[in-house]
Amino acid sequence: MKHTTMKKMIAFALATVMLVALCSCGGGNGGESAASEAFKLGGTGPLTGGAAIYGNAAKNGAQIAVDEINAEGGIQFELKYEDDAHDAEKAVNAYNALKDWGMQISLGSVTSAPANATSAEGFADRIFSLTPSASAPTVIEGKDNMFQMCFLDYPTQGGASAQYISDMALGEKIGIIWKNDEDYSTGLRNSFVDKAAELGLNVVAESTFTEGNNDFSVQLTEMQNAGADLVFLPMYYQPASLIFSQANAMGYAPKWFGVDGMDGILTMEGFDPTLAEGVMLLTPFNADSTDEATQAFVAKYQELYNEIPNQFAADAYDCVYAYKQALEAAGATPDMTAEQLNDLMIEQFTSMSFDGLTGTGMTWDSTGAVSKSAHGMVIQDGAYVGLD
Amino acid sequence: MTFLNYLLSGISLGSIYAIIALGYTMVYGIAKMLNFAHGDVIMVGSYICFFAVSRFGLPPVVGVLAAMAVCTVLGILVERLAYKPLRAAPSLAVLITAIGVSYFLQNGAQLLWTPNPKVFPSIVGNGRLALFGGQLTVSHVTLVTIASCVVIMIALTLFTGHTKMGKAMRACSEDKGAAQLMGINVNSTISVTFAIGSGLAAVAGVLLCSAYPNLVPTTGSMPGIKAFTAAVFGGIGSIPGAMLGGILLGVIEIFAKAYISTQLSDAVVFAVLIFVLLVKPAGLLGKKISEKV
Repeated sequence: MKHTTMKKMIAFALATVMLVALCSCGGGNGGESAASEAFKLGGTGPLTGGAAIYGNAAKNGAQIAVDEINAEGGIQFELKYEDDAHDAEKAVNAYNALKDWGMQISLGSVTSAPANATSAEGFADRIFSLTPSASAPTVIEGKDNMFQMCFLDYPTQGGASAQYISDMALGEKIGIIWKNDEDYSTGLRNSFVDKAAELGLNVVAESTFTEGNNDFSVQLTEMQNAGADLVFLPMYYQPASLIFSQANAMGYAPKWFGVDGMDGILTMEGFDPTLAEGVMLLTPFNADSTDEATQAFVAKYQELYNEIPNQFAADAYDCVYAYKQALEAAGATPDMTAEQLNDLMIEQFTSMSFDGLTGTGMTWDSTGAVSKSAHGMVIQDGAYVGLD
Repeated sequence: MTFLNYLLSGISLGSIYAIIALGYTMVYGIAKMLNFAHGDVIMVGSYICFFAVSRFGLPPVVGVLAAMAVCTVLGILVERLAYKPLRAAPSLAVLITAIGVSYFLQNGAQLLWTPNPKVFPSIVGNGRLALFGGQLTVSHVTLVTIASCVVIMIALTLFTGHTKMGKAMRACSEDKGAAQLMGINVNSTISVTFAIGSGLAAVAGVLLCSAYPNLVPTTGSMPGIKAFTAAVFGGIGSIPGAMLGGILLGVIEIFAKAYISTQLSDAVVFAVLIFVLLVKPAGLLGKKISEKV
């Protein structure tokens, strides 16, 4: 009896000590650590799980930019990424962890569903956010301090693709395969179809698929039976690679037209580039570009992470540099509060023009949407070649 | 002709489900547990074959054998470390452990091999047969898949029916206690079952990735769930049942996609499953066993 009471008391005492240590530790961190030297930049993204490729790319891209900027002296950043596993609920937890850490400005979330959740929090907390890649319009809608870096919000990209196909007279009969349980794909398809109707393009077949689907035989047979000579694929590259290989196995070879999510297909390990020969897409970032800044970035990324950076990495890299430009122009200092920075950033981003890897002369309007141009690319001999 | 094309796609997809379902059904029949990590063993097998063929340039046959060997060892290890200590525990505890093993394998694969998707090399080749003047095309992968499925089912039926180990397995399946009293080593019988199930998983993984050449750490989870459904559909514990359930499930899935809706195909599959279970609660070929109370 006496023994257990003793044990309980010791346990209680230990718990109290730990609690005190924890509190003082948390407080100490928030108070002293570099608060007056570096801007605390936080972001959430899928670092694990099925979408981890996007989250890690963004994190790595941002890290390269931060290291470069910090090495120059001048403005200093402290970057912290929290894992949201492409899940809205986990993203809010990750966001709260960043807030506790003392995040002053944010890179939002990498993918759209978590970004919808964290942008609502960031709007309420008055923490400015510039997301590298969450392209859903709902991420920025009605939130004055939520900005996007990704190339064209997707309603525009779908329309631009239709315009391009019409201008270049690429296809007579157009088929579309899209993923209807994903905001990204659905948004692109809707804007494509709207624009196609306006331009008088002949859409002869449409077919859908959902997450976890690997068999495209039915969708491709529908396209083939409808006689589609160009198939628009508003999706990420993973399902697209399956479509190419299954179409090849069927002996069906239309022209393929992709979107920015197609970027990355050539760097898939083991992918046979002849399957993607002649695939066209609109993209803002091209790792094979001869542009000096792009080449330096690609070389550094390859050296550090042993792979070719995709568009997510480039967008995140641009985000950090855009922040640098805006913070410098505003004369911001790291001892400012998140709310003060929030107001300065809104002012800067709506008035500045930014040159980065994913475009030159980018500007933002007051809704937070970026305007930059898309380039038509075609895959030839396993590399991107400009169409125009 | 389109109908025949769809039918063939369905049988091909169904054959893959069937091979995976065979693994589920054997383990359930003998160890009376649902090995939810089975889908992830498939994924490991695919990765082993991928590395053997793509990275080390070994011939495909060696790749498949290596995958089978690694998966067999993995199956035995998982059984020894995760399930054997729980043999006397309630079945719910074992089920939860299996889910834990599944997550462990998935995240382990992600750590080891990164989440970046890899494209599986074509083990069978990209050739196709054109029948009826090119109106019907059958890829070699489809043919090999269907043939392997039939061969595996026949071999397993012969094995469980006519060998000493097979008899021991059936005895364990009926009554572990009595089997032990008759001098059967229950533990090693269960280990052999896991070894065979996991070896099959490797074959299923290679066929799955040959047909749908996209390899990520979560490759096995969805086919695993579908195959589990197929095993229940056909009557869990029954080998021909797993085969029949798998093929029917594949055909229903493709037909539902083609003639009803690409979005509702899974819903249709599960609606059929519910209907079958209402009419035949033990599944299509399952034995109805009245529990002694």
